[in-house]
Amino acid sequence: MAAPERDGLKTVPYRSFDPIGYRSVAALVVAALLVLGPVLFTPYWLGLLTQVMVFAVLAMSLDILLGYTGLPSLGHAGLFGVAAYAVAVLSTAHHASFWVCVVGGIVAGTLVSAVFGLFVSHVRDVYFLMITLALGMVVWGLSYRWIPVTGGDNGISGIPRLESHAGLPVSGPTPLYYVTLAVSIVCGVLMARLVRSPFGYTLRGIRENEARMKSLGFNTWLHCYVSYVIAGAFASVAGVLWAYYNGFVGPTYLDLTASSEVFLMVTLGGPGTLAGPALGAGAIVLLKNVMSAYTHRWLLILGAVYIITILGAPQGLWNLRTSSPPRGTRR
Amino acid sequence: MTYLITQTLNGLFSAALLFLIASGLTLAFGVMRIVNIAHGSFYMLGAYVASTVTARTQSLLAGAVAAMAGVALVGYAVERFFLRRLAAQPLAQMMMTMGFALVFRDAALMIWGGDPFTLPYPAGLTGSFATGGVVFPLYRLFVILVAAAVGVVLWAVNEKTLLGAKLRAAVDDPEMAGGTGINVGLLSGLVFAAGAALAAFGGVMGGPILGGYPGMDFDLLPLAFVVVIIGGMGSLKGALVGSVVVGLVDNFGKALVPELSYFTLFAPMVIVLAIKPTGLYGRT
Repeated sequence: MAAPERDGLKTVPYRSFDPIGYRSVAALVVAALLVLGPVLFTPYWLGLLTQVMVFAVLAMSLDILLGYTGLPSLGHAGLFGVAAYAVAVLSTAHHASFWVCVVGGIVAGTLVSAVFGLFVSHVRDVYFLMITLALGMVVWGLSYRWIPVTGGDNGISGIPRLESHAGLPVSGPTPLYYVTLAVSIVCGVLMARLVRSPFGYTLRGIRENEARMKSLGFNTWLHCYVSYVIAGAFASVAGVLWAYYNGFVGPTYLDLTASSEVFLMVTLGGPGTLAGPALGAGAIVLLKNVMSAYTHRWLLILGAVYIITILGAPQGLWNLRTSSPPRGTRR
Repeated sequence: MTYLITQTLNGLFSAALLFLIASGLTLAFGVMRIVNIAHGSFYMLGAYVASTVTARTQSLLAGAVAAMAGVALVGYAVERFFLRRLAAQPLAQMMMTMGFALVFRDAALMIWGGDPFTLPYPAGLTGSFATGGVVFPLYRLFVILVAAAVGVVLWAVNEKTLLGAKLRAAVDDPEMAGGTGINVGLLSGLVFAAGAALAAFGGVMGGPILGGYPGMDFDLLPLAFVVVIIGGMGSLKGALVGSVVVGLVDNFGKALVPELSYFTLFAPMVIVLAIKPTGLYGRT
């Protein structure tokens, strides 16, 4: 039970950007592969890659909270789901135009996170976890039982395809792929700027020692609140993409299992980095799709992945190379 | 008026089940800071094990005992071999219990299949109870009384016995408790196992009415979390008060505004959080 006292020790390594190192080469190779995607991959794999990018944005947005601010949210898929449902309702029941759907989805998800943020920004650690879990389940319950609007268990199908809804002259999976690629790159760059900004460093300061940040004069409540809303806004972007990718929304995309899957992506990839969660999203989405083609016991395997991740790579794949002790928790 | 009394009794029945589940959840949290996502799985496993044993032995009592013992053993193993090595890392522990929740769910589907079932009613408790125009199923009343009895026993153990004193010491300060010679590790394992057994008992008690079905593990879990959040994490008294509040609000919500039934749970939680962030009886 003895918790080692690590008060104030900086235990998560800060990496310096290496302009000509292996990571830049790897990034270039990945970028080239992604840009040439439609040439290199079959439509099936292109679809999977689109899915990976959507979840990469979602996982990175959760990491702003979990990895950078130290706020473990277990209801993140709820915000993602609100945006996806907003797109679905606007595009099917109200026949709204493309931009109305896109803006409506992002605004809906961000507004909900702005409201939820009021309830969660003053709590920390396990309390944050429990309350976000409960809030996420409230959103799930609403999607499941508010049948006239959400269709209940049946969800909402018939969301138009992105290219036809936006009036693009091309069809097939390629336009959505490139839109997703562009959006996820923009989101990734914005989030990278965010975590390296003074605001981002303040968030890390709060993660490491909130009492000190407070005594330095920072309004930590406001920082946590803004961090929560920003994470919600990026999750909403992912939700809008998901609605167009999937063409269907249902309660299963925003339940506790979905939220914890995002949580797993971040933990598996490496919290406190942005590349890690993207890597984790790729690993989980690919594993899920490939494994479920071969076995019905997918949940068993996913459960095992959780357990093995925690035992084998508690700091995530991206941080495996660094040998620092696991980050202690504030008490 | 009759309607009001019947609905209140129904709400108290939900509260009784919730209390059985939430008390284990809140104790595990109090002693070990574990947010146990697998707690709903213990509830589910309780109902499933009881159904198998009851079908074999024709005895609901044997089923209940087997369910509690079996699930307690599973709970102890999870704590002893997996959670304990992650002591004081709440996030890692939560992820671990999430992994177990998925494994248990799939294992239950593999072993028992996906067909829903209900447990038989105990002999003599099938009828209803009628007085002054109020007709109420006897079994539901029985569950309320049993949960009340469990509450009294838990309170007595916690407040009046040496074990309870050690438990309270471990909740307050595990390191100091360890320093005075209390085996906090063993105590944690026992608390976790007892919580699992209580959840399994909840599954058995709910069995004749709610039954067992795939997905039941995550059905009551969020409600149990709301109970623990309202009552204050780690507090038995809080679990009791929270269960009654959530049971009643959920039941009246379902009866009055069925479409928003999940949403009505939100209101008491928000009010409590706004006034007292640690819950009604929680300590910071």
